[in-house]
Amino acid sequence: MKEQLEALQADALQRIAATETIRELQDIKVAYLGKKGSLTGVLRGMGKLSKEERPVVGEIANHVRTAITTALEEKTEKLEQAELEKQLEEETIDVTLPGRPVKVGGPHLLTNIVQEIEDLFIGMGYEVREGPEVETDYFNFEALNLPKNHPARDMQDSFYITNELLLRTHTSPVQARTMQEYNGEKPFKMICPGKVYRRDTDDATHSHQFTQIEGLYVDKNVRMSDLKGTLDKFAKKMFGEDREIRLRPSFFPFTEPSVEMDISCKVCDGKGCSVCKGTGWIEILGGGMVHPKVLEMGGYDPEVYSGFAFGMGPERIAMLKYGVNDIRNFYANDIRFLKQYHKA
Amino acid sequence: MLVSYNWLKKYVDLGNLTPEELAAKITKSGIEVEGVEYVAEKSTNVVVGYVESCEKHPDADKLNLCQVDVGEEKLQIICGAPNVAQGQKVAVAKPGAVLPGNFKIKKVKLRGIESNGMICSLKELGIEEKYIPTDIADGIFVFPEEATVGEPVDELLNLNDAVLELDVLANRADALSMLGIAYEVAAILDQPVKLPDEAVQVEESATVANYVSVEVEAAELNPYYGAFMIKDVEIKPSPLWMRNYLMAAGIRPINNVVDITNYVLLEYGQPLHAFDYDRFGSEKIVVRRAKHDETLTTLDGQERILTDENLVITNGKEPVALAGVMGGLDSEVASETTNVLLEAAYFDAITVRKTVKQTGLRSESSTRFEKGVDPNRVRKAGARACLLLQQYAGGKVIAGTAEFDRLDRTEKVVEIDTPHINNRLGTEMTTDDIASILKRLQFDYKQDDDHFTVHVPTRRGDITLFEDMLEEVARIYGYDNLPFTLPEGAGQSGGLTVRQHLKRRVKNFVQGAGLMETLTYSLTNERDVKRLISPEVASSAASPVALAMPMSEDHKYLRLSILPELLNVLSYNRARSQVNLGYYEMGSIFISGQNELSEQPDEQLRISGALTGIWSEQAWQQEKKEVDFYVVKGIVEGLFDFLQIPVTYSQTKVTDMHPGRCAVVKVADKTVGFIGQLHPTLQKQLDLKETYVFDLNLEEVFAAYDAVPSFTAIPKYPSIARDIAFILDKNVHAGDVKKVIEEVGAPLVNRVDIFDLYQGDNLEEGKKSIAYSLLYQHPEKTLKDEEVEESYQKIIAAVNEKFNAYVRS
Ligand SMILES: [Zn+2]
Repeated sequence: MKEQLEALQADALQRIAATETIRELQDIKVAYLGKKGSLTGVLRGMGKLSKEERPVVGEIANHVRTAITTALEEKTEKLEQAELEKQLEEETIDVTLPGRPVKVGGPHLLTNIVQEIEDLFIGMGYEVREGPEVETDYFNFEALNLPKNHPARDMQDSFYITNELLLRTHTSPVQARTMQEYNGEKPFKMICPGKVYRRDTDDATHSHQFTQIEGLYVDKNVRMSDLKGTLDKFAKKMFGEDREIRLRPSFFPFTEPSVEMDISCKVCDGKGCSVCKGTGWIEILGGGMVHPKVLEMGGYDPEVYSGFAFGMGPERIAMLKYGVNDIRNFYANDIRFLKQYHKA
Repeated sequence: MLVSYNWLKKYVDLGNLTPEELAAKITKSGIEVEGVEYVAEKSTNVVVGYVESCEKHPDADKLNLCQVDVGEEKLQIICGAPNVAQGQKVAVAKPGAVLPGNFKIKKVKLRGIESNGMICSLKELGIEEKYIPTDIADGIFVFPEEATVGEPVDELLNLNDAVLELDVLANRADALSMLGIAYEVAAILDQPVKLPDEAVQVEESATVANYVSVEVEAAELNPYYGAFMIKDVEIKPSPLWMRNYLMAAGIRPINNVVDITNYVLLEYGQPLHAFDYDRFGSEKIVVRRAKHDETLTTLDGQERILTDENLVITNGKEPVALAGVMGGLDSEVASETTNVLLEAAYFDAITVRKTVKQTGLRSESSTRFEKGVDPNRVRKAGARACLLLQQYAGGKVIAGTAEFDRLDRTEKVVEIDTPHINNRLGTEMTTDDIASILKRLQFDYKQDDDHFTVHVPTRRGDITLFEDMLEEVARIYGYDNLPFTLPEGAGQSGGLTVRQHLKRRVKNFVQGAGLMETLTYSLTNERDVKRLISPEVASSAASPVALAMPMSEDHKYLRLSILPELLNVLSYNRARSQVNLGYYEMGSIFISGQNELSEQPDEQLRISGALTGIWSEQAWQQEKKEVDFYVVKGIVEGLFDFLQIPVTYSQTKVTDMHPGRCAVVKVADKTVGFIGQLHPTLQKQLDLKETYVFDLNLEEVFAAYDAVPSFTAIPKYPSIARDIAFILDKNVHAGDVKKVIEEVGAPLVNRVDIFDLYQGDNLEEGKKSIAYSLLYQHPEKTLKDEEVEESYQKIIAAVNEKFNAYVRS
């Protein structure tokens, strides 16, 4: 019987090796190991064996079963692998064909600039506030130390609707409104972005509508050096860590002392070029210490509180940062312009 | 303000500073120098020459043959200038000379005769035409007799001078004078100021009272009026140096009397006016408000109609000058003038400003009065002009001044102290530092330990408060020397409000959906302000908000819809061959319920979009698709889905929209906007292809937004899907059927989607088939088939009854 079993094993293994399909392997499995299979048939004859021979033959039979089973499994796996490889080969596609297009929209360049500035100041503890674009004469001028007859509030410079209402000429009225809301009691830091309007004829550098962002910090013991430090942080974040800032004395009715801030020209690194008109510096924003009359009208005691304020034009910043050479580009909305900057 | 570098040197030692270096220092200290220009481009080899003889060219009528002595040699020069004559001293460009514009002078032959050089006009020497005296505009320049033959002309004519262009802001009226600039530069450089001479020898034989008296009826508008009398003047050109400085400062020389008043105006910042005494019309000056409709012909020959807002100088009968703005033609100094009545006065700034605005006459004088002149310099300026008239016009200055005087000349007092200054600036200045800054500014002060009582000179009318002095100290100390610090106040948490976050999220959503953000103008024209107004806006707005004085018809009204401007932007792009566009804008419209505005209009935040052209491009596995109603609706639906706000759409007619392709959008029965196709007529008018728009009131949308959604458990039990296709009449709206399914299916039907629409073959005429997929789900149990079937049948019955529909098999 032993010889019979060994012959059976050799025969099975040879058939398995020669097989090329999974289906045939299944047939082989049935032919040898199935209920009516050869091995089962041989084992059925075990009953005729002696008590001593039975375990020996039994063990050989088990070996044969294991050998056939293992061979079957190995061959199956090999064939499956081959089949999978063939399938994958057939599934190969042309990866150089384009993908399904996704419609690409995006923000306006000015929105990006404004958000960048907002986020930068939010990081320094500022809140963002908004105000009406149609303002009262009081908030646009009077509360900012620009009484009637002040030369800086020429009727020719503003779009009046009635004697008392006009399109705001700056976002500063939001400063006055915020001070009033906080009732002269609470220290605060805020910035206010928004649209403003002036009587300018639209050309490459003027627009009757433009954007402004102003900031205001009111507290006890606010120093001018705090303004300088804050603006320096802003300028370095916005224009690069290697930029230097310079403050120059200036004049605004709502601040005293007043400053204008320049940054060192990136084009020539401060050596002087056509962009900076040879000075090495580029004017970025204006600001100063809040005028005591403005604090007072806002309800803050100028003997106790002080503050600083600053204001800048996102259009100008965008023009400097991205080399936009005509302010009208921002409002013409030519798709070819918008697409250049929506990732900015 | 144009500041001549050479002129400034008369008052302050500028050391070795170049004009550019000086400009940089002035800018850093607070007055921005916008540019440095030279009076003329450099020329070489141009000297003073003496015209020894001058004859007509034998072969040319308009040319003269001159023999000119230029010192080392004599040159034969042919000159075409009409005013050349024997005995003149002129500017000669010798052969080899280079004039501005790189014009090289060579020996030439003109009509057969040799010409060895050129006799120059001021224009040829590089002086700007508008500053050249009119009488020599077409001719050569003639030097005064004392000029030395052979001397180079550039210094004589001040051609090498640099002019600093200062941008003087409203607060620094003092910087509108050479003396003011001198004090500023002296403070910057820590140098003294050399003041000009005002001491005049007067004629004691008579007093001014013999000639004129002064009466002021409006003292509040004219607190000081001084009149000086100068007799026997000779009108001629002013000295060359004065003409040079005036031209450098941008003023065209006229004659000695006018030039002297202009010169002192520039030097002291105090406007003066010279009347021809003999044509003044009386011996009495009366200053008063003009009478209504009174007229005055000003120097420029224009007749001005006055009101009582204007202040006038009169001869007791009629106006002879518009105070502080411009003199009258009748009493103007002319070539035959011999006796001059000189005015030095202080006029109210606001009155002058009003007059300037009313007449449009802005002059060097009015500019200074408008900003405020130094009360302590009015008399001094008068005296200075008298001295110059004596020196350069041969005038006899009569003793005394006819005056009206109620002028306040007291100095403002400001208290400052070292700790307060350091606290506000963040500096560590010493008391000595501050004292030295006050000295450099030439401000008088009394010091008590670290406290200063500062007497601010009246030339600095801008300084009245501690903060003003703080700025003075800071700018002389140098803004560069301030430290960099950050606020030490208790930290606050900054951040965006819910509304600000929402605005950003909505923008991000629509951008993600493929729309590009635009920014357009809020001001629009009469046509556009009436267009594409959302129905709920139309019902609440009275009339559009209009500007009182628009600059143009294009920007006259505040918009009531973002869409018209967005459509203009589409047209603009289309005209540039950009035809496939999806644009949106978020911004305010301005609604007022009032016809006569007395309150601020309601500023309503809206988002509007406009789409046109191809939405999906033809690709290898995708068909080309134009924008249609459902592209726009999909974006709007997606937005509301994202915000989780339930919304309904119903067919409506909106002006300017396609009547069959427009829907209003409602949140909880409130109209919040509309979507649809533009009316084809409007499309055509705007030269647009099929265009679809949406317009939503974000105020209402945000109000419906639930900022902190409460947690809803994810359903645990399985759902069952069922599909139904109904055959319906063509005019039945898919949404209406959906609504019935939802109502009848509630609460088991969780969701209803429309997944197919079919109309055409195999269907009866006038019918369509719409397929719905229903999702059944119960939050607390697994639904049984019977329960679903029962609901399903109910739905079929209800739809059948309501719409006469039957299920398609
Ligand atoms: Zn540069």
